[in-house]
Amino acid sequence: MRIYLDHNATTPVRPSVAEAMSDVLRAEFGNPSSVYEEGALARARVEAARSELARLLAVEPRSIRWTGGATEANNTLLFGLLSPGDHIVTTEIEHPSVAAPLALLESRGVEVTRIAPDETGCVAAETVLGAVRSDTRLVSVIWANNETGSLQPVADIVDGCRARGVMTHSDATQAVGKAVIDLASVPLDFLSTSAHKLGGPKGVGALIVRGDPKLPAYLHGGGQEYGLRGGTENVAGIVGFGEACVLAREELADRLVRYGALRDRLWAGLQKRIDGLRWNGDRDRQLLNTLNVEFEGLAGEVLVQALDLEGIAVSAGAACHSGSIEPSKILLAMGRTPEQARASIRLSVGWGVDEDQVDRVAEVLGTLVPRVRAAEAP
Amino acid sequence: MSLPNESDGPNERIVVAMSGGVDSSVAAAMLVEQGADAIGVTMRLSESESRCCSLEDADDARRVSESLGIKFYVANYADAFSSEVIDAFADDYLAGRTPIPCIACNKSFKFDHLLERARVFGASRVATGHYARLKHDPDTGQARLFRGVDREKDQSYFLFSLSQEQLRAASFPVGDLSKHQVRERARALGMGTADKPDSQEICFVPDGDYAKVVERIRPHAARLRGDIVDESGKVLGEHRGVHRFTVGQRHGLGISADRRLYVLRLDPREQKVVVGDVDSLDCGEARVERVNWIAGAPPSEAIRVRVQVRHRHQAALARIVPGPNDTAAIAFEEPVRAVAPGQAAVFYDAADDNEVIGGGWLLEGIP
Repeated sequence: MRIYLDHNATTPVRPSVAEAMSDVLRAEFGNPSSVYEEGALARARVEAARSELARLLAVEPRSIRWTGGATEANNTLLFGLLSPGDHIVTTEIEHPSVAAPLALLESRGVEVTRIAPDETGCVAAETVLGAVRSDTRLVSVIWANNETGSLQPVADIVDGCRARGVMTHSDATQAVGKAVIDLASVPLDFLSTSAHKLGGPKGVGALIVRGDPKLPAYLHGGGQEYGLRGGTENVAGIVGFGEACVLAREELADRLVRYGALRDRLWAGLQKRIDGLRWNGDRDRQLLNTLNVEFEGLAGEVLVQALDLEGIAVSAGAACHSGSIEPSKILLAMGRTPEQARASIRLSVGWGVDEDQVDRVAEVLGTLVPRVRAAEAP
Repeated sequence: MSLPNESDGPNERIVVAMSGGVDSSVAAAMLVEQGADAIGVTMRLSESESRCCSLEDADDARRVSESLGIKFYVANYADAFSSEVIDAFADDYLAGRTPIPCIACNKSFKFDHLLERARVFGASRVATGHYARLKHDPDTGQARLFRGVDREKDQSYFLFSLSQEQLRAASFPVGDLSKHQVRERARALGMGTADKPDSQEICFVPDGDYAKVVERIRPHAARLRGDIVDESGKVLGEHRGVHRFTVGQRHGLGISADRRLYVLRLDPREQKVVVGDVDSLDCGEARVERVNWIAGAPPSEAIRVRVQVRHRHQAALARIVPGPNDTAAIAFEEPVRAVAPGQAAVFYDAADDNEVIGGGWLLEGIP
């Protein structure tokens, strides 16, 4: 039986999600745009899911635009909103689906100000707001970083930006379902999310668009999703996302307690057995399910591979196409050396993880780490 | 750290260094057939695209591993390879030597860094697709190294510097096969790599333009200039750095002469390339350093062996006199042409020209 401790990469699809999707795939094939009964049923499913995501985030259902994932949501917003000459304030700890579009836009004449995090991986709201200018078009700050789980002061940033009349966006892909996100009290203009990080399927996400900004169509076609994204809806995926949102709403309070307890138990188990550990982050300002830890003096790549052979899935840095591993840009931005970044791995708990599993992981790491350190010693 | 396991038995966990080429693919398949718990690993030795470590090759190795049902990982050694192998390669050329980085790569990467990782994985041996054979001598407990059965493809030359510990932790499954048989097996297994062209000798010099690599690593090399002179010192032409030349080279000298001229010697200090007749390339003797004796220790007295002074060379009979500090003197029975400093002189048994006795790095050939 394998132990999966990489819930920040993706999550297992919850059984009730798979069932809801299976019902749609097997029996409800209608096109939501069709006027007859089959179409109406599909439309009802899509809109019911929209209501569930809306309820989870405390937004109006009509602010939700389904996309093919968070990467598409981020691209839709950034390429739709920013033109040469515009200024954007963002951070050095964005996910590549924000960082890469911005790098491309920068080469086309968009001015990008990137705020560095402190050594725990958090940016300061004052620093972000201090970079806002009269010509700033958008401030985009990740809600919780995917590698460290660090939570950013989005509410304070949004308050400050509203006072200055500047629009705000947050990529909340990693936070939805794992942290309280109440957009009724945080008047963000845009938010990106994805189903597969909270027990839903891959290939479906959403961009929350509040107010009435002029966002051009990203996919031109039949005018679906309020004209933003043409193309017949991914009905089964959207239904699965909706069910994952139901679960998240019902379970969130319990998840916060349980994930935090598992994560802390894992950390305690590691500390008991292994010297030279460093928690990359601030446990009071980060997702409760995430533990990014540096094992001084070894290569995380080796540890990840050796753990896989022991039946344990964790990740180190961002895996590139070939499977080799670059030092994490996020950890470098936090002031770590390339060696320290390479020595770090990310353990993230989620649905299905129990105490026996985290105990086993601590035990295996307690055996492997000295072995890897001995092998790596010059 | 666990001791090397010499057992070839079924269920032995073993790491296979998979380049994505046909030889290591078949090596992995043979181990799986024997029941070994094989783990495929592609070593990523360069961040830039190069012949031996391109993403495409890693993907080929991954596909082969998938089809064999074995685990597969990429091991990233780009930083260490750059400083330990590529830099040394450039510095060797600039010092007037003709380096063979593959030998250092085998010793320091496949059978050192990768072997360390194998041990972390709970394996005690590393297998490669080299055409060479190993035998374990039950009397002495030692490993003995032999040429591959396919003499055309034999790669034992590149393995001479491995220690006993490394050899005992090595496995060369295709050493008993011909290249033809290897390709047949790959085809029979439906491997996409069956008809891949053979890899180049130096993976990080994909287009053969090694001078460009030297000048990228050591930019000052691009500004080097010097004279091409004959044996009497007469200037025959100019050149753009001794790193562009190899002892024995005939083409690309850029000078016109009424006879065929060959590079005889390189003088990096004076930036001189000395050229002359083919007969002047003949060496009766040579000296080697950093000698490795496969048995683990030098013989107590001079021995008669066959010496191969480059990869494609018919080994020549010679007497080796072991010297102090891991040096040795070589006296050839018949003169050997074009002994290039920086290449390896590998010693094979005199009778069959088959077993590797040892070898060393050529300091100089002596007429």
